[in-house]
Amino acid sequence: MIAVVDYGVGNLFSLCSSLRAIGAEAVVTNEKSVLRSADKIILPGVGAFGDAAEKLREQGIDSLLTEQAAQGREILGICLGMQLLFESSEEYGFHRGLGLLKGRVVAMEGRLPPELKIPHIGWNALRFRRDHRLLRYIHDGDCVYFVHSFYAEDCSDSLVAAAEYGREITAIVGSGNVMGCQFHPEKSGGVGLNILRAFCEETA
Amino acid sequence: MITKRIIPCLDVRNGRVVKGVNFQGLQDVDSPVALGKYYSDSGADELVFYDITASYEDRALFTDILTEVARTIFIPLTVGGGINTVDDFDRVLKCGADKVSVNSGAIRDPSLVREAALKYGDQCVVLSADIKRVDGFFCVFARGGRENTGMEAIDWIKRCVANGAGEVVVNSIDTDGVKGGFDLEMLQAVCDAVKVPVIASGGAGSQADFVELFRKVPAVDAGLAASVFHFGQIAIPELKRCLRDNNINVRL
Repeated sequence: MIAVVDYGVGNLFSLCSSLRAIGAEAVVTNEKSVLRSADKIILPGVGAFGDAAEKLREQGIDSLLTEQAAQGREILGICLGMQLLFESSEEYGFHRGLGLLKGRVVAMEGRLPPELKIPHIGWNALRFRRDHRLLRYIHDGDCVYFVHSFYAEDCSDSLVAAAEYGREITAIVGSGNVMGCQFHPEKSGGVGLNILRAFCEETA
Repeated sequence: MITKRIIPCLDVRNGRVVKGVNFQGLQDVDSPVALGKYYSDSGADELVFYDITASYEDRALFTDILTEVARTIFIPLTVGGGINTVDDFDRVLKCGADKVSVNSGAIRDPSLVREAALKYGDQCVVLSADIKRVDGFFCVFARGGRENTGMEAIDWIKRCVANGAGEVVVNSIDTDGVKGGFDLEMLQAVCDAVKVPVIASGGAGSQADFVELFRKVPAVDAGLAASVFHFGQIAIPELKRCLRDNNINVRL
């Protein structure tokens, strides 16, 4: 069973439809016992980093995720959920993340060529940086759907794939059992479903 | 780099897809669910689902069908039509929409864009503007293009973007339904004024019109159309290959 963490941030409709479409059994929950009994955990998220981090803390889900990650449970963060896996974010002040991955989340503003629009919205191509099981069913150059104004940097340890938008934008990260996508796999057509499929399937 | 998006629009009335020429003479085309799936499978980058019915009963039918479409497709879905309050945003987002487009609702209540952007984020709020030239000025029209608001379009769009609209759909009433190409002059004026993504709507008649759009107004992010896709005059896979052959970056 795949547990989708429901901590009051963002819309889980599409993610759940996607998981259903690939035949994965998914449960949307914020109950710790259910999260502990899951085979894998997906941490979604849309909105502001500080709010989301606070909500995780209030509900004690931050320490649960740290505990589960340490026990080897596979965790996939999506969009803001991926950003929360890092050590910190500078979105509207300084905020501490879960620190499951090395790196920090920074604003695109001031770091991109001025002619580029912010947020980075639309379909952009993935450029593979190293082999990873999330890439099993997709190809270098496949496009996925991004919507974000902040991105992860100083994360070369976990970088799996990037997108080009005036500079290298972290797109997929993975370090052991902790993984993340900056884009929305649930909105990225067949390519996105294939990334979710690779995450959800049994690991040998 | 980011690709140019091709967006089919589904105008829905009484749970069916329709498309009018110059907003009149509506004609029944197909089931929204079947058509949405067809577009998604054929490479559409996004789908716009537009409710052109106003009555309360039709609205319930619309949300049922919207939910069904959202379950079936895995590309971004924008919903518009009859969005007047933050509650309306809530209602369609719960049915699986990713973005909500506001038009007359924002004209009636100029605080709507700001309130919705604060609650759901800028990326969720799409300003859709129906624009027509009147005495040499770009004027904003309300109520499906029937009523001249007297507002100058570029000012209006700038104001909405400052309030948090994350994307702008520019629908030229002058070129809509004519199939003689997009309104390049109007689009350039909007692109010069705002930094958020601009979606061109109104006037697509051939693949060449899309090539011309992205070549001549490179700041435009997406091209939206309805009838040319519904009636099979343009097939999306062919259109994308044609754009790629013309060195326009698209998702294939």
